[in-house]
Amino acid sequence: MSSPARSATLRDSLGLGLAVGLYGVAFGAAAVGAGLSTWQAVALSALMFTGASQFALVGVLGAGGGAFAAVGSALLLGSRNTLYGVRLAPMLAPRGWLRRAGTAQLVIDESTAMAVAASDRELGRLAFWVTGGSVYICWTAMTLVGALGAGGLGETAQAALDAVVPAAFLALLWPRLRRTATEAGVQRRVALGGAVIALALTPFVPAGLQVVLAVVAVLLAGRPRAVAA
Amino acid sequence: MWTTVLVGSVGCYLLKLAGLSVPAAWVQRPLVTRVVEFVPAALLAALVAVQAATSGRDLVLDGRLVGLAVAALALALRAPFIVVILLAGAAGALVHVLGG
Repeated sequence: MSSPARSATLRDSLGLGLAVGLYGVAFGAAAVGAGLSTWQAVALSALMFTGASQFALVGVLGAGGGAFAAVGSALLLGSRNTLYGVRLAPMLAPRGWLRRAGTAQLVIDESTAMAVAASDRELGRLAFWVTGGSVYICWTAMTLVGALGAGGLGETAQAALDAVVPAAFLALLWPRLRRTATEAGVQRRVALGGAVIALALTPFVPAGLQVVLAVVAVLLAGRPRAVAA
Repeated sequence: MWTTVLVGSVGCYLLKLAGLSVPAAWVQRPLVTRVVEFVPAALLAALVAVQAATSGRDLVLDGRLVGLAVAALALALRAPFIVVILLAGAAGALVHVLGG
């Protein structure tokens, strides 16, 4: 392993980690705006530590949803981390339950993307640990900053925060819909279906449940093209 | 509230741990990967719609939709996340100040 490749990986991972971690401010503010305490917001970042699920949980609670719908949508969004883990397991090969337990917490979008993109196993492991570690520290710290900052907001600032939450979800969704994404057309169809189902159900189901039920829009993706066995 | 926070956190953690622990063959089935690949699109879009255009059981049109439109424009122009968020927030605040 060449040293320039190592420092390039280190630089990219750290840069991504810090940049992503900054969004923790938006999460902390959104969580407090949804009625969580500062420490509940920080606990979500430190313990749940998977951004889309965290936003979903506080989004549903903020919309007046119940615990079931909030946890349900968080778990559905968290399910992709299981696939990431399967993909990373051969590369990371964590030995012993303690190391595996620690590794698991850092399995998120960013650490997986950086590890998978690395040119060999050693660089992949480095990218995983540095990206995951720097996102973890920065994301959790910035959540605290955002939560404390949102504490004494006036009405106008609250209106700004209300507009920030849907925009944050759109920003999380956007990369999946880009023309360069795999099966972008199908992703767009599923996304549109999810939005329509959620809006159509809103008058009829308890708040938040429409988000969980919108998951049936994955049926619009159709069957996998090559079905093995 | 703490119960919701902790149960959700433990659940999401177990999903991560499962990926590193179960035999790959259990999870890497075409149907499972297909569903997991498209769940985020369905859910995130549902969250966008619900957070932008509903209040309780009512459909509501207010500054949030303006913020969302601004965010979409910023994303189309490849603005970074933090810029998208700030612009959406500014648009929401502006509509509020203008009495929207």
